[in-house]
Amino acid sequence: MAPIIEIKNLTKTYGSGTHALDHVNLNIEKGEIIALLGPNGAGKTTLISAICGMIKISSGTVTVGGFDVEKEPRKARAQIGLVPQEIALDIFETVWNSVRLTRGLFGRKPDDAYLEEVLKSLSLWDKKDAKNMALSGGMKRRVMIAKALSHQPKVLFLDEPTAGVDVALRRDMWDVVRKLRDSGVTIILTTHYIEEAEEMADRIGVINGGKILLVENTATLMQSFGRKTLKLSLVEPLAELPASLSDYDLQRSQDGLTLTYTYDTRAERSGITRMIADLAAASISVRDLESHQSSLEDVFLTLVEETA
Amino acid sequence: MNWLAIKSIYISEMKRFFRTLSQSILSPVLSTVLYFVVFGAAIGGRIQEVGGISYGAFIVPGLIMLTVLQQSLSNASFGIYFPKFTGTIFELFTAPISFVEILIGYVGSAASKAMIIAFVTLITATFFVDLQIAHPFWALGFLVLTAVSFSLLGFIIGIWASNFEQLQIIPLLVVTPLVFLGGAFYSADMLPGFWETVVKFNPVLYLISGFRWAFFEVSDVPVGVSLAAISIFLLLCISAVAWIFKTGWRLKE
Repeated sequence: MAPIIEIKNLTKTYGSGTHALDHVNLNIEKGEIIALLGPNGAGKTTLISAICGMIKISSGTVTVGGFDVEKEPRKARAQIGLVPQEIALDIFETVWNSVRLTRGLFGRKPDDAYLEEVLKSLSLWDKKDAKNMALSGGMKRRVMIAKALSHQPKVLFLDEPTAGVDVALRRDMWDVVRKLRDSGVTIILTTHYIEEAEEMADRIGVINGGKILLVENTATLMQSFGRKTLKLSLVEPLAELPASLSDYDLQRSQDGLTLTYTYDTRAERSGITRMIADLAAASISVRDLESHQSSLEDVFLTLVEETA
Repeated sequence: MNWLAIKSIYISEMKRFFRTLSQSILSPVLSTVLYFVVFGAAIGGRIQEVGGISYGAFIVPGLIMLTVLQQSLSNASFGIYFPKFTGTIFELFTAPISFVEILIGYVGSAASKAMIIAFVTLITATFFVDLQIAHPFWALGFLVLTAVSFSLLGFIIGIWASNFEQLQIIPLLVVTPLVFLGGAFYSADMLPGFWETVVKFNPVLYLISGFRWAFFEVSDVPVGVSLAAISIFLLLCISAVAWIFKTGWRLKE
């Protein structure tokens, strides 16, 4: 199946000379949730703006549902719903009118039954006649999502959907996003909460300095970087590693009180049992053990540091 | 053409107007009444007639034009500035609509509002003076042309403005003086020679003169010249808007 969004060599240089996007290549598959992860200023919002046609592309191409965003902007845009980072609502307008306006702007005939369904799925139905200014922050964000969904888009962009949102609401938002995915909408979300990407996304793209550093299935990414370390605290300081232990990937701390063993979770054998036996044979007594799995956060920091 | 989008913008803008109907209508009615009390009664008591028309009736076309200019400018500039201010303008940029459609929606609604208020002003005026419109279609034509042209200008101001002060400054600094020096309350030939020449450079004079001709068949300049002047102004505004859309000035990076 052809990808729903194809980005080829996308470059965006702002008037100030800043390279916000640098030869970005990315395919987004139909029906997936992809998270774009990156620090502030990495180019996430610029990438979204380019796909949605809010900025002029310097070079490269972007197609949405097979339509080039610059050559056939109407057809491309009709398939996209965008929830920007900042909440932007006409505060004097009611929820219902706001949602209807967006549907109209996208050239869709009024369909009150569908809009009712959208508002109900976002728990906004009982607020439909409320003015936007009377809503809480969380509800305003839902109105933004409702507006983005009002014209039945195939692709939904969520730019930092949970920025500045409390924990309970963040969980709610995740549920909403999952429900949307189940209904067949492709979802692209940007975030700098690693936990969010790990929790939600089928695939994760790491972006920094306007470049896509990596795109990988979330599970594979976690696994491929899933090296574990085992810290052994020793009773007596160790002056140097005995020769019998030199085969292991062991590192001795400066004070000789800690040994760090690094191993691969994917390997059939971790080698831990044998190493502990060899330690005992060398009369090294261990006081404590501590194992640590590198999280996506470590993965992310490593990648970002490498490119910095 | 995405007619549904144009309709949506138009309806949404008109809803805003009707939501604040009492304010929208009250202020032009009040100012019309004040103008009649001050100019009509106080000055009219001394001037009696201009060009064979009672002074009270003479100022009506100017008053209506004043209202149309101000309302067109403020409605159109606010209409497009407000989404810029709240950030909802992103929706216009991401929706499958062209700038022309956006323009038709906003300018159309701003011009409609200005026309509605012009009629309210006209009706208010009939409580004070006897009015007969010699050429109602010409009057309507001038009104539409003026409302559309100044709504376009308002739209440009709304796109240019980056804060509320800038939104106010052109209507206050440029338009109000132009209207007062545009023969709204007097005939240009009542002015001393030097000023009579100066006001000939005022575009608003041509508008008011043409509009007044449609009422009373009395004018400062020939009606054809008035029509030409307003058409040139309309074309200038359209060119400016076309340039903005082409370059994305103040709209797109």
